[in-house]
Amino acid sequence: MQIPAPFDYVRASSVDNALALLDRHGAESRVVAGGHSLLPMMKLRLARPDWLIDINDLFELDYLLVDGPVMRIGAMTRHTTLLESDDVRRLFPIICDAERVIADPIVRNRGTIGGSLCQADPAEDLSTVCHVLEAVAVVRGPAGERMLSMAEFHRGPYETAVAQNELLIEVRVPIRAGSGSAYEKVERRVGDWAVAAAGASVTLAGDGTISQVAVGLTAVGLDHNVTEVEAILVGQAPAETLFIEAGRLASLACDPLADQRGPIDYKRHLADELTRRVLRVSCSRAAASVSDITI
Amino acid sequence: MTILEDRPSNPAAGDHDRPIGHGRMQRKEDPRFVRGKGHYIDDIVLPGMLHGAILRAPVAHARLVSIDTTEALAHPKVLAVITGSDLQALGLAWAPTLSMDVQAVLVTDKVRFQGQEVAFVVAEDRYAARDALELIEVEYDVLPPVVDARKAMDPGAPVIRDDLEGRTDNHIFDWEAGNKAETDAVFASADVVVKQEIVYPRVHPAPMETCGAVADFDPIDGRLTLYETTQAPHAHRTLFAMVSGIPEHKIRVVSPDIGGGFGNKVGIYPGYILAVVGSIVTGKPVKWVEDRSENLMSTSFARDYIMQGEIAATKDGKILALRTNVLADHGAFNATAQPTKYPAGFFHIFTGSYDLAAAHCTVTGVYTNKAPGGVAYACSFRVTEAVYLVERMVDILARKLDMDPAELRLRNFIKKEQFPYANKTGWEYDSGDYEPTMRLSMKMAGYDELRREQKEKRERGELMGIGISFFTETVGAGPRKDMDILGLGMADGAELRIHPTGKAVVRISVQSQGQGHETTFAQIVAEEIGIPPEDIDVVHGDTDQTPFGLGTYGSRSTPVSGAAVALVARKVREKARFIAAAMLETRPEDLEWEKGRWFVKGDPSVGKTMAEIAMGAHGTVALPEGIDGNLDAEVTYDPPNLTFPFGAYICVVDVDPGTGHVKVRRFIAVDDCGTRINPMIIEGQIHGGLTDGVGMALMEIIEFDAEGNCLGGSFMDYLIPTAMEVPDWETGFTVTPSPHHPIGAKGVGESATVGSPPAVVNAVVDALAPFGVVHMDMPCTPARVWEAMQGRTRPPV
Repeated sequence: MQIPAPFDYVRASSVDNALALLDRHGAESRVVAGGHSLLPMMKLRLARPDWLIDINDLFELDYLLVDGPVMRIGAMTRHTTLLESDDVRRLFPIICDAERVIADPIVRNRGTIGGSLCQADPAEDLSTVCHVLEAVAVVRGPAGERMLSMAEFHRGPYETAVAQNELLIEVRVPIRAGSGSAYEKVERRVGDWAVAAAGASVTLAGDGTISQVAVGLTAVGLDHNVTEVEAILVGQAPAETLFIEAGRLASLACDPLADQRGPIDYKRHLADELTRRVLRVSCSRAAASVSDITI
Repeated sequence: MTILEDRPSNPAAGDHDRPIGHGRMQRKEDPRFVRGKGHYIDDIVLPGMLHGAILRAPVAHARLVSIDTTEALAHPKVLAVITGSDLQALGLAWAPTLSMDVQAVLVTDKVRFQGQEVAFVVAEDRYAARDALELIEVEYDVLPPVVDARKAMDPGAPVIRDDLEGRTDNHIFDWEAGNKAETDAVFASADVVVKQEIVYPRVHPAPMETCGAVADFDPIDGRLTLYETTQAPHAHRTLFAMVSGIPEHKIRVVSPDIGGGFGNKVGIYPGYILAVVGSIVTGKPVKWVEDRSENLMSTSFARDYIMQGEIAATKDGKILALRTNVLADHGAFNATAQPTKYPAGFFHIFTGSYDLAAAHCTVTGVYTNKAPGGVAYACSFRVTEAVYLVERMVDILARKLDMDPAELRLRNFIKKEQFPYANKTGWEYDSGDYEPTMRLSMKMAGYDELRREQKEKRERGELMGIGISFFTETVGAGPRKDMDILGLGMADGAELRIHPTGKAVVRISVQSQGQGHETTFAQIVAEEIGIPPEDIDVVHGDTDQTPFGLGTYGSRSTPVSGAAVALVARKVREKARFIAAAMLETRPEDLEWEKGRWFVKGDPSVGKTMAEIAMGAHGTVALPEGIDGNLDAEVTYDPPNLTFPFGAYICVVDVDPGTGHVKVRRFIAVDDCGTRINPMIIEGQIHGGLTDGVGMALMEIIEFDAEGNCLGGSFMDYLIPTAMEVPDWETGFTVTPSPHHPIGAKGVGESATVGSPPAVVNAVVDALAPFGVVHMDMPCTPARVWEAMQGRTRPPV
């Protein structure tokens, strides 16, 4: 049994209560949701909060709803809920692709989207997904709510714009007609962190050309989308030659580190290979979605 | 409930297919396991019990400058802090290993691997014990480490074992087998010679239950009761007596339910000794259970062999000879567990399943600044490394000769009529009939169809590989004349008592870590004396309750203890004959046996069942001269030879050409372990071992960085396979009984772990043939496979 350093524990009863507790216990308090990142770090004594504020009773943050042009996802929505939602599968197949390869069912039953985004692990999948989908993070604190783009929210490895006395409460994902998205990850074993992964979202105009595109990479040292690909893809009809060029740009844009999962050139290769794959799938899904609308 | 064997018999197997003693019955131990009622070390709670925790070294090689325990001792819940100098005063700072070396219990002079034991805290609860570790101040003077075994013997390499008198280098041993001159001569005149460096990287058994102990020393009568995660309770008792000075009759070692061993729980770890010291010092029971990182970083690893293989053949595919030089990384202390005369275990079975003209191997063992160990993870005393070497070399030769690897194997097998077969390195293979086993695996796989599919896929740029491994194991150590561990012969005892009502208890010296002993051994007795296995209790794991024996490892339980149990049952059966004769007022030679009953020849209606005979033995029947009033017996079995199980494995993989990701699509395993006792238990062993093999082939490795930091210290870093990485296993069997084992059984516990890694790697290499890949080392992770595709294969260490 691995034993964390001593800590105190309190269960929050509401978002306001959680914020009050964060305020009261200060800098050495941490919020725990699914706990699948924080608890192992505590057991290894790499994280040593004095206070653990458990927000698992905040059922008010466990929801998924289509609200006009956006899908609103409560921060306490479990991975499993996302994976099993028909709306998610229909509107954002990239989320299903990613959720299917996040850890294992036991972790997915507990882990939450809010926890994943706030942990901001560089090998974490949903950050890339939210970047690609141009999601907005709703953060609440003593001064009220603020809305952050992913670029504003996600500041880098293990770092977000959420202040110590704030809570991420919701993720809003814009719904786009005629769009398709996809995610693909290479891992050494099911449940391992990504060696590398890529996600893409594509919207097709009525004439079949690409009107909007975003490509993101996971675990290869890139905290934002591969913006270089937009210029070459937007306005063009989907084509393998373009995907190949996009893959090349992705491999140049990333900045991976060598580790036990692989050397730098392999990870760059994966950025290329996986970018091509997710663009291919996103475009074909977008085309299918366009034809659905037409029918 | 007894479930009788209900599978159709295998026509190839003939009469020997009949499983022993009720065949595929459900395991007697499972009701408690499936209900969560197993009783493991950490479930043991004794009145007043304290808890221990170990402070471990953060660096791989460092002189110990000072330890300050003042603050830790001041912790309100801490009762004792023990350091190396405390142990030194008691003469307990160093303990013998199972390989005639010594290992530090706590560091006195120098840290020799990261994770080495530095101090031991005893506290009221495990939380306090763990917290107090942070209050111990240790000053280290860091030294350059030896991490790469290839550089361990370099002039000027830091000398790790300066504790050993006169030691000026990191050399442990040189060992050889076979005839060098003969082998060199065959190589010199061979048509074809291929060479390959083959690395079997360091892996870890990683049992689900980590190691632990509860020590209870009674200061009044000087008795030590030690509950331990041990695969060898009797050997541990003897060693504890030799080391601690506590007389052996005052020591009781209990191995309760064990959550997996795989060789990880053969050795005596410092933690066990520290729990004992803690109990002696405090006068209270002390529990110590290591955490996962401690288990991965400090307990017995496996493999770590760098092998230079060479194979010689004629151009038409007759294999002539094999030779290899091995560099063996043994870590900081030589603490492998194998018979004394065999410092490289049974590696010299590397001639495999082939009829060779000559063979020669040398093994050099070296110290490095890494955790000690080496014989673990179901390796059959290094047969794993040996089989991997020969099965890879045969595949490499097949490629060189442009010959189908199945065909090359079939052409070179030792023939049925050559058994018992003396190989070129000193083994006598007891029995074998390899070709039908190979043919069955090919038939199950649809081998020719798979090759056709592969050809089509290659034309489309798809990467599919088919890998074959044919292994011969050598298990059941072993004959006392050849095999001992620290002077203890590798025999096993068994005692059988039939109670007056005809129920029985059999006491065995081997201990189960999941192998199903409580069922298998009951089935053997049931077969021999004809009472149902439900009526036979199997007692094991407690030295006060069981006869002496060397324990469960190296697949030795069925070959050695299984034989002991069969023989003790036969002894009881024979004794029953005399008692039955007295009861029936006839002569023993006039009686005939049918399962469970002696009856008068020619008059089957007149007889006595075992239950009647047992009651008679304990009752008022006038017993013949020399027959005691019981129906009990005991034996100690000294095996005349080892047993040689074998099998044919075929693995089919698909490799993603864009990512290098390997998917094991199919795995066909045909095993021949001689007479089969409980086919369900055998299949369970095979399934587990195959999963081990896929894990080692694809993902498992304990790596170190240049400073000697262990990079495999958690399950986030040390990957073990899940159900997602393995296919539905397709198992089959043939039966070639051992001629010298009382029931013909050979042992099967490690066959699949030994046999499967080469099948998987051969399949991966086969898939990569279009890229000109001839060999790649494990683990075949996506990155390493991709590098191989780029023509940049590299050894993992």
